[in-house]
Amino acid sequence: MNYTYIVDAVLTMGGLAAFLGLVLSIASIKLYVEVDPKVAQIAEVLPGSNCGACGLPGCEGAAEAIANGDSPYNVCVAGGYDVAKEVAAIVGVEVEEAEAKKVAVVGCGGGSGKVKICYIYDGIRQCTAANELISGPLACDYGCLGFGDCVVSCPFDALHMGEDKLPKVDREKCTACGICISACPRGIMKLVQLEGDFNVSCNSKDRGKNVRKVCEVGCIACKICEKSCPVEPSAIAVDGNLAEFNYETCTNCGICFEKCPTNCIQKTEESKKLVSSLAKKST
Amino acid sequence: MGEIERYILIFIGAALIYNILLIRFIGLCPFFGVSSSIETSIGMGLAVIFVMTVASAICWVVWNYILYPLGVGEFLYIPAFILVIASLVQFEEMVIKKASPTLYKALGIYLPLITTNCAVLAAATESVKPGFLKLHVAYHFTFIEAIVYSLGVALGFTVVIIMFAAIRERIDVAPVPRSFKGYPIAFITAALMSLALTGFSNLFGL
Repeated sequence: MNYTYIVDAVLTMGGLAAFLGLVLSIASIKLYVEVDPKVAQIAEVLPGSNCGACGLPGCEGAAEAIANGDSPYNVCVAGGYDVAKEVAAIVGVEVEEAEAKKVAVVGCGGGSGKVKICYIYDGIRQCTAANELISGPLACDYGCLGFGDCVVSCPFDALHMGEDKLPKVDREKCTACGICISACPRGIMKLVQLEGDFNVSCNSKDRGKNVRKVCEVGCIACKICEKSCPVEPSAIAVDGNLAEFNYETCTNCGICFEKCPTNCIQKTEESKKLVSSLAKKST
Repeated sequence: MGEIERYILIFIGAALIYNILLIRFIGLCPFFGVSSSIETSIGMGLAVIFVMTVASAICWVVWNYILYPLGVGEFLYIPAFILVIASLVQFEEMVIKKASPTLYKALGIYLPLITTNCAVLAAATESVKPGFLKLHVAYHFTFIEAIVYSLGVALGFTVVIIMFAAIRERIDVAPVPRSFKGYPIAFITAALMSLALTGFSNLFGL
């Protein structure tokens, strides 16, 4: 057996690798470039999830931009006030007042059992794909399809699919980065103030009559909530067949939540009223 | 044939007739990934020219003075060339970072991405073992011919990617059917460009 090939091959590759390694080591010393130490410090403080909500290329890109002065110290949306304070300490800037912390909410109360289905969908299990096929398998063109594009897109693991085919937000993990907002093809996810206890769980811009035909818990724009709101002007207003909260003026009194005839206004915790009213309907 | 004639034939053959992107379909990842805007395409093209030419030159030396004389070339040239290309790209990145930070920013991430691009390996291999290029020129490239060849391949790559980026920028604002937007129409466009480039085939009358 001719062993010279094996020996030659090993020596060649080994020799080549050693030589190139030596060249690179010498080069890395001779061609060393000074880096701004602030960049590394800032990158340490940033969340490191590379979610891109700041608009810069990842946390490394954001660290560089902040160190150069191209971006303000509070550019990190996901880190919020805590991260902004630490970055300000590194850069040496005065910290401003914190903005109200926001969190994502699901603006749909449909899901399995409450909304009618048009056809059985057997395609790609993704909301964007299902939405392309004649406006989706639900009878409601605006409702949640339940395949979980938002759940998959969340870089902080704050979204999980519930048993009723609606996503649930973990309000402690959510950083309001906004990625689920763009992941949802129907614009169901919204960012609201953390202090807002209630939200309208409906996304339908259809007329009340048509909404009632396809979903038990849709907003029919009856304006009962608007009329019963104690705040002047109303903290909840109907705009184009859909009620919307104004969280700046809402006092969380809960009157609209009690009065809503379709139970489409929900508390952000599990809505006990919804469960009990559905039980009442079946008796 | 004269020397200059030979170089011209090799150059045009590498750049147009056997265009690496549209005739041989090698190295299409950056072609589709980077060509959505002209600036990034120019950056990619420059990086490819830089890497491919130098890599082919060094690989030619490694082949003719180390691998081939020892007889291990036939089975060892792929890992050896990849080793050379990867180290070369690292080295070039350090040099550029030191010499011109603006150029480094312009090339950005494309320089390390080229390490794994099969187009560089293809050009390097061809410049030591020309098999695809069936010109009646030579069956063993000299050093200068290897450089001319890889420069031709790289320039063919650059010209095509810039043309494609120009077309894609216009397609982005054109009324394309919704299911074709993005990559589908890009692939169809590339296929049509490839058809157009086959008009160059057999230009030298094999």
